Amino acid sequence: MELTMIYYLIPSLFMFCCGVYGFITRKNMIAILISLELMLNAVDINFVVFNRFLFPGNMEGMFFTLFAIAIAAAETALAIAIIINIFRVASDIDVREINKMKF
Amino acid sequence: MDATLPIIILALPLFMFLFLGLLGKYMSHRLAGILGTAGMGVTLICAYTVAFTYFFSGNPDFINADGERLQQIVFNVTWLQFTPSLVLRLGFLIDPISAMMLVVITTISFMVHLYSNGYMRDHHGVWEKGFQRFYAFLSLFSFSMLGLVVATNIFQMYIFWELVGASSYLLIGFYYTRPSAVSASKKAFIVTRFADLGFLIGILILSFYAGTFDFTQLTSVAVEGLNNVYQVSEGTANSILTLFTENPASTFMGASVLTWALVLIFMGGMGKSAMMPLHIWLPDAMEGPTPVSALIHAATMVVAGVYLVARLFPLYLMETAALNIIVVVGALTAFYAAMVACVQIDIKRVLAFSTISQIAFMMVSLGVARPEFHHGLGYMASMFHLFTHAMFKALLFLCAGALIHAIGSNDYTAMHGLRKYMPITHITFLIGCLAIAGIIPFAGFFSKDEILTACFGHSIFWYIWMSLVAGLTAFYMFRLYFLIFWWKEHKVHDPHHAPHDQAWTMTLPLVILAVVSCLAGFVPFGNLVTWNGHPMFESVNFFTNLANLDWSVAAISLTVAVVAILIAMKMYKTENELPAKMRNALPALWDWCYHRFYWDELYMFITHRIIFGLVCKPIAWFDRHIIDGTMDGFATITNKASWSIRGLQSGNVQMYVWIYLIGVILLGSITAICLL
Amino acid sequence: MESVGSIIMYVVIALAIVIFSILAVTTRKILRAATYLLFSLFATAAIYFQLDYEFLGAVQIAVYAGGIVVLFVFSILLTSHPGDNSEKLASKSKTIGLIGAAAMFIVAAWSLLSRCEMLVSRPEMSNPDMQKVGEALMGTAHYQYLLPFEAVSVLLLACIIGGVVIARKR
Repeated sequence: MELTMIYYLIPSLFMFCCGVYGFITRKNMIAILISLELMLNAVDINFVVFNRFLFPGNMEGMFFTLFAIAIAAAETALAIAIIINIFRVASDIDVREINKMKF
Repeated sequence: MDATLPIIILALPLFMFLFLGLLGKYMSHRLAGILGTAGMGVTLICAYTVAFTYFFSGNPDFINADGERLQQIVFNVTWLQFTPSLVLRLGFLIDPISAMMLVVITTISFMVHLYSNGYMRDHHGVWEKGFQRFYAFLSLFSFSMLGLVVATNIFQMYIFWELVGASSYLLIGFYYTRPSAVSASKKAFIVTRFADLGFLIGILILSFYAGTFDFTQLTSVAVEGLNNVYQVSEGTANSILTLFTENPASTFMGASVLTWALVLIFMGGMGKSAMMPLHIWLPDAMEGPTPVSALIHAATMVVAGVYLVARLFPLYLMETAALNIIVVVGALTAFYAAMVACVQIDIKRVLAFSTISQIAFMMVSLGVARPEFHHGLGYMASMFHLFTHAMFKALLFLCAGALIHAIGSNDYTAMHGLRKYMPITHITFLIGCLAIAGIIPFAGFFSKDEILTACFGHSIFWYIWMSLVAGLTAFYMFRLYFLIFWWKEHKVHDPHHAPHDQAWTMTLPLVILAVVSCLAGFVPFGNLVTWNGHPMFESVNFFTNLANLDWSVAAISLTVAVVAILIAMKMYKTENELPAKMRNALPALWDWCYHRFYWDELYMFITHRIIFGLVCKPIAWFDRHIIDGTMDGFATITNKASWSIRGLQSGNVQMYVWIYLIGVILLGSITAICLL
Repeated sequence: MESVGSIIMYVVIALAIVIFSILAVTTRKILRAATYLLFSLFATAAIYFQLDYEFLGAVQIAVYAGGIVVLFVFSILLTSHPGDNSEKLASKSKTIGLIGAAAMFIVAAWSLLSRCEMLVSRPEMSNPDMQKVGEALMGTAHYQYLLPFEAVSVLLLACIIGGVVIARKR
C-alpha cells in the first residue's frame, strides 16, 4: 500500500469539516474558538502535505505553517482576552446573549 | 497718475465695511459713527484730489493740446483669465464722467455719514439698534458705487452693479423687524435683478461681437466709426460697425445685434434707475432709513443707469434706435412720475417719484443728444443734471429726514405750518424746491434748461412734453413745501416738545448742500464733461453758463415754473377748499394717480395670477412629483433594499460561516461537475 | 511501498485525528473539548514528524499544545465552573450543521478524489536540518523569511499589549 497524498488530505479535510460543524453549532465562545483552531490546524496540515509531496526540498509550505502557528497563537491569546472581558461584563460567554452592540 | 489715491478711494470704504462690520459690535455707537464718518472724509479728500487733478492740473495725460479731455486708465489688474481672449480685469478708469461721479458720490456719502450720526438716534440720545451695522453697510455701498463708476470694463461695472444692488437691499431692509421693510427690500432686489438679467445678456452679446469688455476699446472704436458716419461721409467703415451691421447672423427679429445689445443693457439701466415699467421698487425702497434714501435712492445708485448709458454713449450713437427707445421710456416715465408725485401724502414718496421723474429727465436728455446739435449738448446736460440733482435731491431728502425725525411721521398731514419751528430746515428745503423747480439762479435751473434746449434741438414735441413735466415738477414740489411749512398753524400741545431744528450733525449737511445747490449751477460743465471730451466754450468764468443760456428756452421754462409755483401757492399756502374741489372734480384721475396708475396691482396680477398660477404651479407640480418623485423613488428603493438585506450583516459570525459553507459547497460542486 | 510500520503509524494518526476532532466538537464538557483538541493537535504533530518535518512538529507541540491549549484551559477555568455542562444543542441546528459539514466533506472529498494528481507518492526528502531552517528564517535572500519573522514578532508584541489592555481590570 502506497501512502499517497490523498491519505493525508482526507483526514485534514475531515478535521476541517469538524471545525466547521463545531463553529456553526456551538454556542459557547470558547468552543467556537476551539473549532476555529481545528480548522486552522487542518489548513496547516494541507500546507505541509503539499510541500512535502509536490515540492520536496523547498520549505515554503513549512514556513507558511510556522507563521500560521505563530499568528494563531497571537489570535487565540487576543480572543481569549476578549472573551474573559466579555465574561466579566456579561457573566456569560454564550454568543446568542452577546448582542448588545448589534446594529 | 499715481495709483495711490485711487487705491485708497476704493480700499478705504471696503476696509471700513469689514472693520465696522466685523468689529462694530465691540465698539461704542459713537465711536463707530465717528470712524465711519472719518473714513468717508478721507475718501472724500482723496476723491476730490483725484477729480481736481484730473480736471484742472492740465496734465497732458488728461487733456491734450486741443483741450480735449482724455480717458486715463490708472491701473488695470487682470483678475480672472479664462481664455487668452476672455479676461476679466479690475481697474480704475478716470475720465470726465467718472471724476464727476467721484465728487458726487463722496460728497453725498460724506454728508449722509455725518447726518446719520444725528438721524440714527432718537430725541433722548438713544442709538438705533444696529447703528454700527448701518455704517458698515453705508461703507459697503460707497465702495461698490465708487467701484462702479471707475470701472474700466463693462464686466467690472456689472460686478459692482450687483454689489450696489446688494448693499441697497441690505440698507432698505435695515429695519428687518418690519415686514414692510423686508418686503420692500425683496422687491427692490428682485426687480433690479430681473433687469440685470437683461443687462447681462446685453453684455454678453456686446462683448461676443466686439471681442472685448473694455470701455475704452468699445467706445474709441465706436467714436472712429462715428467719425465716418457723421463727419467723413465717404470713408471706410469701422471694424466694429462692420462687425455689427454686416454680420449675416447678426439680426434678430428685425433689429441688429447692436440694437439688441444696447437695448438689453439699457434694460439693466431701467431697473437701477427706476424707469417705467421697472420703477415699482423705488417708492417702496423708502422703507429704508431716510439718509439711505438720500444717498442711494436719490443721488447715486439710481443714476447708475444714466451713468451706464453715458458710459456707452458713443455706442448708442451708432444705433439711434436704442436712443429713441430711451427717449420714449424716459419721457413717459418723467410724466408718469410727476403725475403721481402730485397726489402722494407720504413726503418721502413724493420725493421718490420726483427722483424717478428727474432721472427720466436725464435719460431723455441722453436720448436726444446728437453730435450734430451743439456738440452733443444733451449728454452734457444729462451729466450736469445728474450732478445738480444729486445735490438738491439729497438736500431735500435730508430735510425730509429732519422733518420725519422731528415729527415722527412720514405724512405731511402731521406736519403743516412748521416754518417757525424749524427755520433752518425750512430755508434749506425751500432752496431745494427752488432748485428742482428750476428757478434762476439755483442749480436746477441751469441743468434743466440745458436739457430742455437739447430736447428743443431734437424735436419740438418732446420739448413741449418735457416743459410740461418741468412745470409739474415745480407744482408738486411747492405743493409739498407749502403743505409742510404753511397750510395752517402747527398745533403744539406742549411747548417743551415743540418740533425744532435737529442737532448740528443733521443741520450742517443741510446747510452745506443748500449752499452747493445755490452755486452748482455756475459750474462750467460744458468745459468739463462732454461726450467726446471736446470743450464747448472758448473760455470760462463764473458766469459762463449764464452767458451761454438760450434765453428763449430759459424764459419759457422759467415762466412755466413760476406759474406752476403760483398755482401751488394759491392752492396750498393757506388752508382752503381748492384741493378738495380739484380732487372731486377729477376723481378718476386722482384715484389713478394716488394708486400710482395701479402698476403694483398689475405686477401682482401678472406675477401671481399668470406667472405663479399658470407657469410656476405646473412646473412646481412637475418638480415635486416627477423629478422629486423619481429621486424619492430611488431613495425608497435603496432604503427598502437595504432594510431587506441588512439581516445579512447581522454580526452573527456563525451565520457568516454558514454562507461561506454554502459557497464552498456550490463552488466544489461546480468544480466536480466540470471535471466529470 | 511503505513499510508496515509507517502504515500502522498512519492509521493510528488518521484515526486519532478523526476521533478527537469529532469529540472536540461534540462533547458537552468544555474542558474535555480542550483536551480532545490537544490530542488532535498531537496527532497533527505526529503527521509532521512522519512527513519528516521534525522542527515543525516540535513547534506544533510547543506552541499549540504547550501554549494555546494551556491558554484555553486557563480561560475555561476562569469562565466556567468545573463540571458544568454546556446546554444541550437543539437537535435541529445540530442536524443542519451536520448536513452542512457532511455536504462540504463529500463535495470536497469528491473533487479531491477525482484528481489523479492527488495520488502522487511521497518522494524522497532529507529532513531539513536546523542550520537550513535557521538561515531561511534569518536570511534576506530569495526564499528567506526575515521580514515575516520580524512582522510576526511585532504582531506578538502587539498581541501581548492588546491582551493586557483588553483583559485588565478597569
